Order: sequence, then structure tokens, then C-alpha cells
Amino acid sequence: MASTAAVSSKARASSTEASLTPTRAFVPDPYLDLATYAAAADLLTLSLGPQHPSTHGVFRVVLYLDGELIVKAVPHVGYLHRGVEKLCEKLSYSNVTPILDKNDYVAPMCNEQAANMVFEQLLGVEVPLRAKFVRTLLAELQRIASHLLWLGTFAMDLGGALGGGTSVFMYCFRERELILDLFEELTGCRFHYNTHCIGGNRHDIPAGYPALVHQSLDLIEARLLEYLGMLEHPIFRDRTRGVGTVDAELALELGLTGPLLRASGIDHDLRRDAPYHVYDLLDVNVICDDGGDCYARYKVRLQEIAESIRLSRLLIDNLPAGPICSTKPLSGVTQFKITSGQAYVAIESPRGELGTWLIAGGKGMNPYRMKLRPPSLHALAAVPYLFPRHTLSDAVAILGSLDPIMGEADR
Amino acid sequence: MGHLIANAWLRGLVHGALLITVLMTAVAWISWFERKFAARVQSRLGPTMVGPAGLLQPIADAFKMFQKEDIIPRGADSLLFRLAPPLTLFLSLATAAVLPIMPGMLASDLDIGVLYALAFSGLLAFPIWVAGWSSANKYALLGGMRMVAQGISYEIPMVLCALVPVVVTGSLSLSEIVKYQAAHHWLVFWPPGIGVIAFVLFFTTALAESNRIPFDIPEAESELVAGPTTEYTAIRFGLFASAEYAHSVVSCALASALFLGGWDGPVLPPSVWMLLKTAALFVIVTWVRWSLLRLRSDQLMALCWKYLVPVSLALVLGAGAWVYVVG
Repeated sequence: MASTAAVSSKARASSTEASLTPTRAFVPDPYLDLATYAAAADLLTLSLGPQHPSTHGVFRVVLYLDGELIVKAVPHVGYLHRGVEKLCEKLSYSNVTPILDKNDYVAPMCNEQAANMVFEQLLGVEVPLRAKFVRTLLAELQRIASHLLWLGTFAMDLGGALGGGTSVFMYCFRERELILDLFEELTGCRFHYNTHCIGGNRHDIPAGYPALVHQSLDLIEARLLEYLGMLEHPIFRDRTRGVGTVDAELALELGLTGPLLRASGIDHDLRRDAPYHVYDLLDVNVICDDGGDCYARYKVRLQEIAESIRLSRLLIDNLPAGPICSTKPLSGVTQFKITSGQAYVAIESPRGELGTWLIAGGKGMNPYRMKLRPPSLHALAAVPYLFPRHTLSDAVAILGSLDPIMGEADR
Repeated sequence: MGHLIANAWLRGLVHGALLITVLMTAVAWISWFERKFAARVQSRLGPTMVGPAGLLQPIADAFKMFQKEDIIPRGADSLLFRLAPPLTLFLSLATAAVLPIMPGMLASDLDIGVLYALAFSGLLAFPIWVAGWSSANKYALLGGMRMVAQGISYEIPMVLCALVPVVVTGSLSLSEIVKYQAAHHWLVFWPPGIGVIAFVLFFTTALAESNRIPFDIPEAESELVAGPTTEYTAIRFGLFASAEYAHSVVSCALASALFLGGWDGPVLPPSVWMLLKTAALFVIVTWVRWSLLRLRSDQLMALCWKYLVPVSLALVLGAGAWVYVVG
């Protein structure tokens, strides 16, 4: 045992990926112990991505394959790095919001909220109750849309672009359109909303909007059963059960959050455990599963859609009257100044804990430092642990089940 | 023999040409049908712009295929790379030579028609492997390896299931098998129970042979980009695509000849019955494709060797016992 460890550490030191050596004790080496292979020629090095149909953007992972079996996986991120955090340092506080929309482009609402909440905390601005309700509603609707997109792309990873997977994908997008229509009705935009501002929301709920929300939610709820009909069959279960199992310990060590953490049996949800907006008024059912595999993650996300539908109905029905924003309409970039202090705000985005850490300083016109904690990046950290001992087909399924959004992982 | 044209060579030539023309035309509009069908499944419209209801789309597709740049990757084995697409199409179409479209009309009435058809469709794994190997692309190589493994494995239960009609009718000639069915029973019903299982298994394995979902793991575009055809462009890719369709259609026709009585049926002319049965099976193939997800390669192998092979062996034994006892 000791000699193997010595050999493997030697092999690792000679490898160019030495800097990626993980520290976890009970998985001695998720990377390949190359010494156990007679010659490097035994292995096929396959660069999966960044231009690959199933890497959910521009993610690249170098696979070392023994036949179809993966013995080592080295992920590479950063292909979509846009310097967002640096850009935030150059923008005034009111100008940051639309930039962050492009971060997690599947759940832009949550990005906006996280940033504006941290600004409000440092400015000491109070958000009116109605705006809090609207923010919660938008977050929950966004969660439905995001999970629907995930379900569609996950099915496509399993079933290919020219088969049953696309059918599920099309159904999911059809329902996601309903949510985007709701957002368009409210904000005028389908994707990059810029609807949150410091002190509240830019757009108030228009007349007749609750009826539209109910209509869309009823339709989505009814059609959730169709997805079950399309997916709950032996092929889907064989492809997802026992594939890419993350145990609770590994999930905690890697900092996995959101559905990934809950699918590994850890009952943690910021909406209930550190409530923000009006989540303390709501009784959020946190959905957990002990499986830890792709199937568990699928089940958790699917039940979260149902839970978000329930919460959205509650929110739109109990919307209080009152102002939507506590600050004056924006008159110029100098309206908000934060000269000192720092704050960290974490919210439960569809993918997990989306953190925003702001250090204010200087003249107070723009953030001194803005650090984002994207849940996707932490999810991708699981790749070297999950891929080995699985086949190439499983790798695609596992990557899909992690739901990475490269826009936020690479920033 | 009662054939329309007496000379065997001339008959082969005429019927072969006819068959290829019909098949290739069918393949073009089958692609239109599949696109329309998939669109309906997915609540889309499908092709609508080229011609009425997009009916001229296949022609536009063909023109596009011919116009595109033909790329042979640097490092590819040029000869094999160019050889693979026509070889694939050739093998797909050659299988059709022994298909009895109607009484007295088939390109070649071989005594060993069943064997011939199965041998040619079994050979199909070979040019696809050649394509994967010669592309100098790792995805293509993996796809080619999967194709060989899958093709060889599924050949076995497929042949065993095709043996059931052979055992019952006592003939390896497809036209004799169809004649037997016209005179006695359709073999899907005969021997009772065994016939229908053999038919379902044969159809499933034929699906696997022709790379259709849920068995399209060699192509597996979400994993292997496009499998063995990753590096192919223009009409070379088009040849692969039409070969896949042609093989699907021929497999359906083979299944209907072996089990569903071929051209046998009331009122309508025999050739129409043959076409109808083939078309019905193809609709099922398409339906399955756009509803199911893909199996993993090791699950596919497990399904074949652990379940399909033993069951089809038992079917052959059962058919033999039936013939021995009942006659």
C-alpha cells in the first residue's frame, strides 16, 4: 500500500497536472495511477470539449480511456472567462446588474438579486415588502425555467440530438417558453432582464398578471407528468442509477450546493436555513434524496419544480400592496456610493449557493472587489472524482446531471 | 419458376435496377417522413418551406450535400476513407436483392436467400469500422469499435431468430418462405407463441443492426459527436445517411418477408401488401427512435448476450421441437 502510494505520488509529480492533486484522504487518488499501466500507449487520450455537443458550453475535460472506461479525467475551465469580476470594479453600482445577467445565463434573475442584495446591505437600503414578494416570485419562476432547461439538456445527453432525448428537450423548452413569456410580460425582456435595482424592482406587477402566472403554472404542472411518461422507463433508470454517485462526505468537501448536495442526502437549502426575501414567511419543503447518483439528482430537480410551482402560486396570491422600490429612480451613476465595508450575500440559485462578496472602497463609485461564488464551478470540481471507473457514455450523463453553466463557472 | 423475365442475368439486372431506384427514391422521402413524424412528436412543424408541406426537402438536401466541400482530413487513410461510404451503401442495397416484392419478382431467387441477406447486413459493420479507423479521429475510432462489437453481437440473435422461419418452412429461400406463409400461416403466428417472440426479437436486433435508437451507440452524437462519420462531409456523409435509411427499410422488409407473410394479403395486389407491411414496421422504428433514450454500450452487450442470445437459442429449439412433434 505504502509503495503504491509512493509510486503514484511519483507519477503524479512527473505529470503536468500535478497542481490539481486533490487532498481527500479516503479517495486516495481520483486521478489515474499511471504506474499501474504497462505503457502510456495503453491509454487513449481524448480531449472532450471545448467544442463538443455535450459539454454544456465550452468546458473541456481530458479523458484517459482504457477502451471505453475512463481511468482519469482532468477538467479544464476558463474558456468562457470574460473578466466579469474585474469589469464590475470599473462599473458604477447601478451598472453592475445587467452585466451579471450574462453570468448564469440560465437563471439571470438570481444573479441580479444576489448583486443587488449585497449592495443594499452595504448601503443600508430597505426593500419594500412588495418588492421582496416579487423578487421571491421571480426567483422561483426562474428556478422552474432553469430546471426545465436542465431536464431537457440532460435527456438530450442521454438520448442524443436525433432521438427521444430531443423530444423531451423540445417539451421542456415549450414549457420554459411559458416562464419566459411571463418574464417578458413583466420586464420586456426574455432573458437579460435588468429588472432588479438597488432598493427594489424596476417593474411592478401589471394588472392581470396573477391570472397569467396561474395559467402558465397549471399548464406546466400538468405537463410534468408527460416528462415522467417519457423518462420513467428502464433505459433511463439503467443509464442514471448508480452512475456518478457523490456521497455526502465528498459533496461537503467539494463544496457542492443546491440540488447536487440535497441529492447526496444533505438537508441544506438557503431558502430555509438562511432565509432572505420573504422565504421566512414561506414554508419551503426542502427536497432531499439519499441516492447521490444521476437519478437522485434528476428526482430532486423534478420535485423542486413542483415545489417552486407551489411557492409561486402562494406568492402571487398573497402579493401585498405598496411601493415596489424604496429608492428614487436612477438619476445618474453617482446616485449610489459605498465608501467602505464589505459584505457577503448568498442566495439559493437553481444550481446552489450563489455567493456575492463585495469589498467597497476608494471613492465609493465602484466596487473595490467583487467576488462571485458560482455553484457551477464547485460542481465541476466533482468531475475528476466522478468520471473514473465509468464509461464515456456515463461521463456525458454525469456532466449533464451536474448542470454546469460555463458562463458562471468561468465568469 | 414462373418469373416474368426468363433469363436470370437479365432478370437480375432489370429487377436490381428497379429495386435500387425504388429504394433510393423511398429513402429520400422516408427522410422527409421521418422529419415530419419527429416534428409531430415534438410539437413542431418540420420542413414546410421547400415544396408543398416541405415535400421537396429531400431534393434540396441532396443538392446541398453535393455542393458542400468534400474534406479528407490530413492523416486519414485516403483510400479507405473514400471507399467506406459507397461500400456501406452497396452492402445496404445488396441485401435487398433477395427480397420478394411480389410473386415472381425478385432480383435474385437464391436458394440461400436468408443466409445471403443476413450475411450482407452483418458485413455492414465492416465498412463503418473502416470509416472509423481511416478517419484519424478518436471519436470516429471509438464509434467504429462500438460498431464492430455491436454488429457482431447482434448478428447472433438475429440469425437465430431468422432460423425459426427456416426451421418451420424447411427452406432458406425467402420466396419459398413467403410462399409457405401464403399457403399456410404467417410465421408471426406460427408456431404459436414462438413465432411472435421470434418476430419481436428479430425486429429488435435488426434495429440494433441498423443503428437506430435505442441502439445507436456507434453514432451516439451526444458522446462521440457523430461516431464513425464525424470527419465525413458533403455527399460522402450523405451516402452514409442514405445507407442507414436503406438498411432500416431493408431490415423492415426482411422482417415482413420472414414473419408477416411478405406479399401475402387479401384484396390489394401483393406488391402493395409488401410495401404496406414494410412501411408499418418503419413507422414503428421511427416512433421508437423519437421516444426512447440510448442504451450504454456495456448495457447493450449485456442485453444481447445475457437475454437475447439464450432466448433466441430456446426459440430455435422450440421451433425444432414443434416441427418434430406437430410437423
